[in-house]
Amino acid sequence: MAKPLLEVRDLQKHFAIGGSFFGGRRALVKAVDGISFTINAGETLGLVGESGCGKTTTSKLVLAAEAPTGGTIEFEGRAVAALRGAELQDYRRKVQVVFQDPYSSLSPRMRVGEIIGEPIKAHERLSSADVRARVAQLLELVGFRPDVARLFPHEFSGGQRQLLAIARALSTSARLVVLDEPVSALDVSIRAHIISLLEEIQQRLAVSYLFIAHDLAAVAHLSQRTAVMYLGKIVEVAESLELCAKPLHPYTKALFAASLPSHPDELREEIVLTGEVPSAVDPPRGCHFHPRCPFVMPRCAEHEPPLVELAAGHSVACHLY
Amino acid sequence: MAPLLDVRDLRTYYVGFGGTRVVKAVDGVSFSVDAGETFGLVGESGCGKTTTCHSIVRLLAPSARIVSGAIELEGEDLVPKSQAEMRRIRGRRIATILQDPMASLDPLFSIYDQVAEPAYYHQSLRGQALRQRVRQLLSAVRIPSPELRMKDYPHQMSGGMRQRIVGAISQAGGPRIIIADEPTTNLDVTIQLQYLNLLKDLQRATGVALIFVTHNLGIVAKMCDRVAVMYAGKIVEMQSVRGLFYRPRHPYTKALLDSIPKLGVKEPLCGIPGQPPDLSDLPTGCSFHPRCGRAMDRCRVEEPRQDDLDGAGTVRCWSPVEELAARG
Repeated sequence: MAKPLLEVRDLQKHFAIGGSFFGGRRALVKAVDGISFTINAGETLGLVGESGCGKTTTSKLVLAAEAPTGGTIEFEGRAVAALRGAELQDYRRKVQVVFQDPYSSLSPRMRVGEIIGEPIKAHERLSSADVRARVAQLLELVGFRPDVARLFPHEFSGGQRQLLAIARALSTSARLVVLDEPVSALDVSIRAHIISLLEEIQQRLAVSYLFIAHDLAAVAHLSQRTAVMYLGKIVEVAESLELCAKPLHPYTKALFAASLPSHPDELREEIVLTGEVPSAVDPPRGCHFHPRCPFVMPRCAEHEPPLVELAAGHSVACHLY
Repeated sequence: MAPLLDVRDLRTYYVGFGGTRVVKAVDGVSFSVDAGETFGLVGESGCGKTTTCHSIVRLLAPSARIVSGAIELEGEDLVPKSQAEMRRIRGRRIATILQDPMASLDPLFSIYDQVAEPAYYHQSLRGQALRQRVRQLLSAVRIPSPELRMKDYPHQMSGGMRQRIVGAISQAGGPRIIIADEPTTNLDVTIQLQYLNLLKDLQRATGVALIFVTHNLGIVAKMCDRVAVMYAGKIVEMQSVRGLFYRPRHPYTKALLDSIPKLGVKEPLCGIPGQPPDLSDLPTGCSFHPRCGRAMDRCRVEEPRQDDLDGAGTVRCWSPVEELAARG
């Protein structure tokens, strides 16, 4: 098998909090605590989990916006941490991002043409005419007429702004686009349009996505594989359809049970979790999920379960298996 | 039996620029809610669902006017009431739960003060009886060790707990009807499920009616008995929840249902082309016609009237959908 586009091994990001200039006790927030995954060229990996589980920190690490405190990220076979200067700039060209809130991610003082053209100018030596031509192409790709390039972001609705953000992410021929909750802020009918467009773009350009969201149905729809995170760890990863049909980890099951039905007569196994996600400052010993787990056993509080591959491509970190 | 709440032909307009710009946010909305019922009000942003609710409790922005219509609560019309009279109705007979719990709780007052206030004013409880009532309300929304937590302030609580406190406040005045405006939008999925189940339990215990305002059809499927779909200030379809999911009649409803991804099914999604219209500059005829796949010449010029669906509900469309929905 060909080498994956992105390979993440044992990735860790611990933030030190508390303490002061004069010392004092410092605590560690283990935002991302030893996760591994791969993304192949032209593939979408979904990453689901609730707030505070480390999804967004993971995306910042992949974007090289934060330096990991442990583990490695390899892109096209090269360690990202070792990239410097022109090579690092080239990495940033190939790995782009679309954020959740299209109202804060587009500068209100720039015209659409400048917003989408800026990354092209930063990374490539092109004449203004060539940049304009590329911007026009990108606008058409996401379904706008090229003459919207002279408008400002406030003249667009939320969904249209998100399309502009997608065009900007694709402007430098990115190989991997990190989609950090790209549809959470949008209305349902617009959501469906953007998800379909992302699928279409992937088929045309063979770009890879890391799709981060808390909406399981949307993640499972767009991604070939889905990883479930809880308190800084990946607890289960599988092909998306397999994960929907046969979730193994109790937390994954609870997430599926908690996702809303698409029909009033849809039968759901009701697993109502008690309590809330504990703080990542002082996560529970053993399996992080054990205080909320309906199937907890004595050893769950003692030993942390490793992520084990049970069937081809289906891994789970749980003592039940 | 007369319904608990009966809204008839309500029109609420925002008037700006010295009367030159009129936004018809709510334009002839009629629906009724029975005691103990859960009624869903669905639609996308800007369709007028929140303005409808704010008209009922009269918490409208200064530029908004209730132009016509009646809002009858237990047979009594609320539209001619003064704000002073409304103050005795809000909290006591109609309560609201808003989207953002941090904005509906006052950071400077303790949980006890905020939960006790409606019971103090509307039920005239004092001293130990008031304290007892607060304790009971907090345990009803499953706040652990209520006696201790009632001394805390909102910033000491998690998002899910804050929203449960807002739920306790809404119950405190003993209302007959609670309007919940997107109450779970800011919550995580597992916390959302806890909260929805909690509201169901409270409803079972007190028999209060719920109006659920949401854009999420999943919440409607889980929670509601009947549902109204709003588009551009009008109710375009109203049915029982089962009826709506099995046999949506308005093309907009059907398009909404087709645009939700279903778990474990990789069917292509159909979005709705175009954008919701500008409420100050509505298309002629049916407001949905520019985005509708079934639009005919008549739809472009003549506004559809509200038709009865053999007593099962209403629809506003010249050519309602006939086929049954694919079972999700």
